[in-house]
Amino acid sequence: MLNYDIVVIGGGPAGLAAAVSAKRNGAESILVLERDKELGGILNQCIHNGFGLHTFQEELTGPEYAGRFIGQLQEEQIAYKLNTMVMDIGANKVVTAMNREEGMFEIQAKAIILAMGCRERSRGALNIPGYRPAGIYSAGTAQRLVNMEGYMPGREVVILGSGDIGLIMARRMTLEGAKVKVVAELLPYSGGLKRNIVQCLDDFGIPLKLSHTVVDIDGKERVEGITIAQVGPDRRPIPGTEEHYACDTLLLSCGLIPENELSRSLGVEMSPVTSGPLVNECLETNVEGVFACGNVLHVHDLVDFVSEEAASAGRHAAEYILNGARHLASGGRDIPIQAVEGARYTVPRTINPERMDEKHTVRFRVGDVYKNCYVSVYLNNERIIHRKRPVVAPGEMEEVVLKKEQLAGFPDLSQITVKIEEA
Amino acid sequence: MYDVVIIGAGVSGAASARELSRYQLNVCVVEKEEDVCCGTSKANSAIVHAGFDADSGSLMAKLNVEGNEMMDEMSRELDFHFKRNGSLVVCLQEDEMPNLQALYERGVKNGVKGLRIIGREELAAMEPNISDKAVAALYAPTGGIVCPFGMNIAYAENAAENGVEFRFDTEVLHIERKGSHWLLQTNRGEIETTYVVNAAGVYADKFHNMVSSKKLHITPRRGDYCLLDRSVEGFVTHTIFQLPNKFGKGVLVTPTVHGNTLVGPTAIDIENKEGTNTTQAGIDEVIGKAGNTVKNLPIRQVITSFAGLRAHEDGHEFCIGELEDAKGFVDCAGIESPGLSSAPAIGKMVADIIKGLSNAPENPNFKGTRKGILDPKVLTNEERAALIKENPAYGNIICRCEMVTEGEIIDSIKRPLGAKSLDGVKRRTRAGMGRCQAGFCSPRTIEILARERGVDPSEITKSGGASKIIVGVNKDRI
Amino acid sequence: MEARELICIGCPLGCQLKVGLEDGQVASVSGNTCKRGDAYARKEVTNPTRIVTSSVIVEGGSLAAVSVKTREDIPKGKIFEIMKALKGVKVQAPVHIGDVILGDAAGTGVDIVATKNVEAMP
Repeated sequence: MLNYDIVVIGGGPAGLAAAVSAKRNGAESILVLERDKELGGILNQCIHNGFGLHTFQEELTGPEYAGRFIGQLQEEQIAYKLNTMVMDIGANKVVTAMNREEGMFEIQAKAIILAMGCRERSRGALNIPGYRPAGIYSAGTAQRLVNMEGYMPGREVVILGSGDIGLIMARRMTLEGAKVKVVAELLPYSGGLKRNIVQCLDDFGIPLKLSHTVVDIDGKERVEGITIAQVGPDRRPIPGTEEHYACDTLLLSCGLIPENELSRSLGVEMSPVTSGPLVNECLETNVEGVFACGNVLHVHDLVDFVSEEAASAGRHAAEYILNGARHLASGGRDIPIQAVEGARYTVPRTINPERMDEKHTVRFRVGDVYKNCYVSVYLNNERIIHRKRPVVAPGEMEEVVLKKEQLAGFPDLSQITVKIEEA
Repeated sequence: MYDVVIIGAGVSGAASARELSRYQLNVCVVEKEEDVCCGTSKANSAIVHAGFDADSGSLMAKLNVEGNEMMDEMSRELDFHFKRNGSLVVCLQEDEMPNLQALYERGVKNGVKGLRIIGREELAAMEPNISDKAVAALYAPTGGIVCPFGMNIAYAENAAENGVEFRFDTEVLHIERKGSHWLLQTNRGEIETTYVVNAAGVYADKFHNMVSSKKLHITPRRGDYCLLDRSVEGFVTHTIFQLPNKFGKGVLVTPTVHGNTLVGPTAIDIENKEGTNTTQAGIDEVIGKAGNTVKNLPIRQVITSFAGLRAHEDGHEFCIGELEDAKGFVDCAGIESPGLSSAPAIGKMVADIIKGLSNAPENPNFKGTRKGILDPKVLTNEERAALIKENPAYGNIICRCEMVTEGEIIDSIKRPLGAKSLDGVKRRTRAGMGRCQAGFCSPRTIEILARERGVDPSEITKSGGASKIIVGVNKDRI
Repeated sequence: MEARELICIGCPLGCQLKVGLEDGQVASVSGNTCKRGDAYARKEVTNPTRIVTSSVIVEGGSLAAVSVKTREDIPKGKIFEIMKALKGVKVQAPVHIGDVILGDAAGTGVDIVATKNVEAMP
C-alpha cells in the first residue's frame, strides 16, 4: 500500500490549487489523482478567454490558466497520477484507485481533498419529451468534440439553457461554421454572465428567448427539428406558443451537478441545495480530515473563486496534517450559517469564531433576480452587514466577508443569518 | 438458399434462431436495424412475469409460465442477468379485494407457483416505501427482473456461434411464393428460403398480410417510462404493480437487474410503427401514477425517459404457428407483454414447429453455453489486478458513471455480432447508461469504436443509419 | 448629445455603461466600476474589438488539437476573416503556449498564438 499525507481526488483547477497550497503550507507528501490523460480538468476544453483576472490580473484562456497551475504543481514537485480512476474511498481513508499500468492499488491517506468537479444535467434528467436521435449533446460534450478534437457535432443548432457553457458554445459553433438559430431559457432570466450574452449571442445576432423550453424533439435517427414553446410562471409550456426550428443539433446547458458519488460512499453529509458536502470554515466535511473544494462542493461561476477556495482547503488540510490535534481542539463552537429569504445556501455551512482566520469570505447564491436590494448578515438578531446591490441574480455567486473581531463581540452567538432584503 | 429465414432480431427472433441452431438447418436472421435488440425488445419493463395475468388456457399464459420456469437455466447457460426478486400486485382499496382474489385464482389455474395474498403489515415490511393506501397484495415469488438487452444479445450471440447467419441493415420489402419456397426481396437483394419465421414485432402484420388472406392487425401500443439513477437503489426491491381498478391499470415500479429503478409504462395506441417518441403527457402520467403504489418516489433522480412499442394483436394473444394458407410461413406475432418472459418458451415452440415441418436432424456441434462480456466489477481486487496486468485496457475506465472499462468496450466490439455503434456498446456494456447519459464517455467510446473497427470517427453512429455523431471537421464550411 | 448603453465585457461583473457621444466622439462614460470599463466603452463605440479563440489540428502530438487565440484583440468586423485564415491550418508537435501559429492573421497585424502545450508523441 502507498502512503501519502494528503491525497487530492481530481487534477482540475480545484485539485491543482489545493495541492499547491497544501505544499506551500508545509505538507510534504501529497498525491493528486486525475482520471483524464492530462491535468487541468475542464479548463482544457474552455479555450475561450476571460479567466484569471482575479488571480493573475490578466485575461487568460482556460488552458493557459490551467497551465499556470500545472507549472506551480511541477515547481512544487507534487506527485500526480494521470488516467487514474478512484474506485472507492474507505472510512479509514484508504483510497482504492486503478489505472492501466498499476492495476488496482490502494493508498493510505491521512487527509483527503475532494476535488472531483461536476457534471452536466442530461436530457433525460430534464424530462424533455420527443424522440431520442443522435444530435443531442450536453454543451460540454460538444465543447470537447469541437475544441479538443476538431470535430463538428452539427450544422444547425438550437441551444436549451443559457448557462455560460451554452452561451460560449453558441459562439464557438458559430465561429466554426455552424448556424445557431436560437437559445431558449426556461427561466425569465439568463443563467450565464451578462458579458457572455453580449459577446457570445449579441455579437452574432443569436436570439435569446427567455421563459421558453423545448417541448418536442423530432427525428428518428438524427435530430431533424426542435419545437420550443413559451412557459408560464409555473414553468409549464403554454399551448399555442410552439415554434418549430429545423435543425440537426440540440445542445443542452441546463445546469451542473456536483459529482459526489465517492463522497457519499465515504459517508460525507450532503446539502440538498448544492448537492455538495456540508463543510465548516476549514472546508472540512463531517468526516474528519476530509476536505472539499471547487465545483464538487458547490457550482461556481468563476474559476478564480475555485482556485481561491481550493487554496484554502489545501491550507487547512496541511494544518490538519501538521497539527491535527490543535486543528480539532481549537475550542469554540461551530456556529451555523442560515441562508434565508433569497439566499439559497452558504459555503461554509458553519463557522467557528475562535478557529477562523481574521477574515472569512462566505459565498452564496440567490434564488431569484433581485434589483436594488441589500445583502444582509445578522449575528443572532443584530444586523452587521447591509450592503446595497443594484442587482443580484442566481447565475452569479455573491459573497460577504465576516471578521473574527466582529464575531468575537457576540459571546453568546448561536446563529448567523444571510439574507436578501428588498429596499 | 436458406432453410429458415427469421425476420427480426428481437428477443423472439433471436431465441428462435438459437433454438433452431440445435438442428442441421441453414438459418439466417434478417434485421432492418444495424444491431439486434433495436425494437420492442429494447424498451420494455425488463421484467419476467410470474404468469397470473394472462387468461387461463391461452397460449400467452402457457408460454409465460413455461418461459418463467426456464429462465434460471437460460440465464446460466447464456450468461445474462436475471433475478427472481418477486412481484407484488398491490390492492389499494378494501372493496377491490375480490379482484385480488380472482387474480390469485387465475394464477393458480395458470400453474404459477408460490402465490400468496399478503396483508398490509407483511407488505410494508417487504417494501417500506409502499403507499399508505395499500391494503394487501398478491405476492408472486417467481416474478423476476432481467436485462432485456443482455438476454436478447446472449441468444443472438449463441445462435451466431452455432452457425446462424445475421444480416443487419436488411429490410424485407416483399415476400412471395416461388415454387416450393419463399422469395424475400430486401433492400440488399433477394433471399430464398424454405421456411420463414415472422418475428417482426410491430411489423409482423405487414409480413403476415403479404402471404395470407386471413389478415392480422397489430397496433403499436406505446409505453412511456422513466428510469431513476442507481443512487436510489433499494427504493423498492420487488416489482410492484397496481391492481387494475376502475381508474385504470396504473404503472409499475421495479428495480432493474443493474440497480436502477424503473417506472412505467403508459399504454397509448398509435398508428406510427416507429413512433417511439415520449410525450409530455406520457411522462406526466407515469410520474403521476407512480405515486399510487409507492410514496416519496425520488423523481428528481430520473436520468432518462424513453418509450417502447408493444406489438398488440387485436385478439391480445400470441400468434405462433404455420399459416394454413401459406405453408412454410411461421408466424411469431403479437408478442407483447409477457413476451420477454415467454421468450425461452417461444424460441422452443418455433424451433419445434420448424423441426416438425423439416424433420431436420440434430446439430451434433451445437454448443448451448455462451460467455457474456467479462464484468470486472464482480472480481476481487486481486483478480482484477491480475486481469489488468494481462490486459491493461481493463484498467482504463471509460464510463465513469457505470465504471465501464476500455477492456469491456473492446470485448463488446470484437465478439460475435459485436457492437458497431454507441448504442450497441451501451446495450452490451452499460457505457453511457448512467447518470450523465454518455456526456463524458461518448467522445471516448467513439474513439475506441473507430480504432477497433478501423474506420474514421465520423463513421461512428449512435444507432446506425443516419444517426451520425460527428458531421464534419471544424471550419469545413467556412 | 447621443447616448449609448453597453454592458462591459471587461470582466465578469458586467457593468451597465452609459456612453455620451458628441459628433461621434466619446464625451463621457458612466456606470463603470474600474478604468477597464472606461477603456472598453470608448473602444466599443468607436472601434469595437474582440479576442478570437479557436483550435487547430496538431500532427504528431499527444493531443489531436491545440487551442489558439489572437495575441491581442482584433477589430470585431474581422472575426470571420480570422476564422477563414485559420481554416486548414495544421501544426507539428511540439507546440508551446505563446508559439506563433499564424503570423499577421487576416492582415490585422495580430499573430495567432498557441494557448496550450502539446508535446510530441514519444
